[in-house]
Amino acid sequence: MSLVSEGISKAVSTGLYKSLFLARQAEEHIVKHYPENLMRTPMHMSMGQEFVSVAVCSALEGKADVFASYRSHAAFLAQTHDTDRFFAELYGRVSGPGEGKGGSMHLAAPDRGHFLSSGVVATQIPVAVGAAFANLRLKTGRTAVAFFGDGAMDAGVFWESMNSASLFRLPVMFVCEDNGFAVDTPRAARQAFNSLAEAVRPFGCDVYEDSSGDVESVYQLARHAAETASRERRPAFLNIKCCRYLEHVGTGEDWHWGYRNREITVRDWIARDAVLAQRKRLLDCGVAEREVAAMEEEVITTIQRSIERAIAASVPSPERLFVGVFHAKA
Amino acid sequence: MRKLDYSGAIREAMSQEMERDERVFVYGIGVPTFSKIFGTTQGLQEKFGPERCFDTPISEDAMTGFGLGAAIRGLRPIQVHIRVDFMLLATNQLVNMVSNYVYSTGGKLSVPLVVRAVIGRGWGQGAQHSKCLFSNFTHIPGLKVIAPTTPADAKGMLTAAIRDDNPVICFEHRWLYWAEEEVPEEPYEVPLGVGRILRPGKDVTVVGLSWMNVEARLAADILARRGISIEIVDPRTLAPLDENLIVESVGRTGRCVIADCDWVHSGFSAELSALVNEKCFGKLKAPVRRIGFAHTPCPTVRELENEFYPNAKTIVRSVEEMLSLEPANLDDEDFFSHERRFRGPF
Repeated sequence: MSLVSEGISKAVSTGLYKSLFLARQAEEHIVKHYPENLMRTPMHMSMGQEFVSVAVCSALEGKADVFASYRSHAAFLAQTHDTDRFFAELYGRVSGPGEGKGGSMHLAAPDRGHFLSSGVVATQIPVAVGAAFANLRLKTGRTAVAFFGDGAMDAGVFWESMNSASLFRLPVMFVCEDNGFAVDTPRAARQAFNSLAEAVRPFGCDVYEDSSGDVESVYQLARHAAETASRERRPAFLNIKCCRYLEHVGTGEDWHWGYRNREITVRDWIARDAVLAQRKRLLDCGVAEREVAAMEEEVITTIQRSIERAIAASVPSPERLFVGVFHAKA
Repeated sequence: MRKLDYSGAIREAMSQEMERDERVFVYGIGVPTFSKIFGTTQGLQEKFGPERCFDTPISEDAMTGFGLGAAIRGLRPIQVHIRVDFMLLATNQLVNMVSNYVYSTGGKLSVPLVVRAVIGRGWGQGAQHSKCLFSNFTHIPGLKVIAPTTPADAKGMLTAAIRDDNPVICFEHRWLYWAEEEVPEEPYEVPLGVGRILRPGKDVTVVGLSWMNVEARLAADILARRGISIEIVDPRTLAPLDENLIVESVGRTGRCVIADCDWVHSGFSAELSALVNEKCFGKLKAPVRRIGFAHTPCPTVRELENEFYPNAKTIVRSVEEMLSLEPANLDDEDFFSHERRFRGPF
């Protein structure tokens, strides 16, 4: 990893770290508070993979329309930076963007460009393609991004979406957070093709691969991919290798399941954790330790306040059950 | 007033809405190609261009997700399935995504998506080109479901559906496309969720769904010759259902036959029957009767097809049994078939 990536300002590096630290700390706080049983929603933790959505959302500078999977905590926070509404939704409070009706698997804040999170693998992908179509037609200047895992590429609808987006020449970004497992089933047990990138290449979209585990590397790649997609009017496929640190669902580790080797995972990924690496990069390029520490403290305070606000907020009254099945004109 | 057939009424609703609102577009497998979906998309691509009327890959699942994405980002898509059987490929998107999107955003976002699906009997269509499946979709909260019977309703209800900010599935029976009646030229809405009495009567209420209203009308003519007065109620919208109209009618007649063009078992007729039994219990003079497909896959050969599908004769026999009448001789009656089309008016 280079000391300072070419073309990335210190401000951007700092911003990336802040986003990474926010996503990581938000989840560390979930781990801490989950046993209190006040957040009663299945957690699919982003921990370890945050750098992918942080890099892509940062690269698009707020102009992403995000369509995410159930593993969407990091994408939601990278896109919205809104810990108040994040925790309110997890705690099931009326102040959540979905009044708690969505929870962890259906996080959405359309007003901030996070359009949906979906609990059925790959279902969000074609929705992003339709959003790209609308963005093009309505000239919104926004870029639709689908985040999904490598498991989604087992699904027919991924290929339907890839084919359609390429055929219609839509500048949509397909971002594969490739952690190599569907729950605990490894890719080799699910896919007959060796390389995701090579399988996608014939569609006439731009294909990018990154296995650096580095937020700035992915940031650069995503900027280039978004610009090219928009200029050439065709989709981009980004295969970003990453590692899920925790179990598929829940807030614990899962080494006892034995489907992956702890030593190898630590060596290849956890020992070069993207969040810690970005912190080190800031220090190495001259940002003062106290400055970094102050930023971290600010993030933690923000998170803690958001949790306090969420706990203090109201739960929905019973009659809210029937509200919002249909949209009513304001 | 000028006359228009059902197919033309559907086409005119789409064309006028596309003219009025440039966010509206229509797409689906074969939409702009040779057959033009029974003529319903004729001329739209020429008029509005390939960006607003276009063909798609045979990818119903992705293309329905596509519609959801376009709808929540500001467009107003109309997706078309030339057979409802093909819409099953999109069930994941309709049931897991489209139906609950509004709810999981706390009702704040709108999903102005219309999905048109062609249903019903054709000419030897067999098991995979002939379904109806109303109840598969009325079962799901968050979806509006309509099945207009008359050309005037088809135009007004599809217009209302396109202007609605929620997902609407529009079922169109292919034998109705030939029906013709007076249809206003200017754009208008027939509100969703409001049923209609197609024919007033006093002895028996027949609640007809889609094509079965045509059969009910013929049955009512036959029964009228024996002095039996049939009231035909067309719910038009299945979800949300105009319950009061049905309850009020059965409250007056005390008898109810539900004529569905779908399987009876776990079908929409079961929902209607439950409604009538719950709300009209003390007023019923006879048990509610249900008419629908035989509980088999749809056969292709005509002789068995005739056994599979209910028609006016089925309704007549049902009413006769309900009233303890001798079955009339129907040998000289001319029932509808693919060759003997119903051409309206209602």
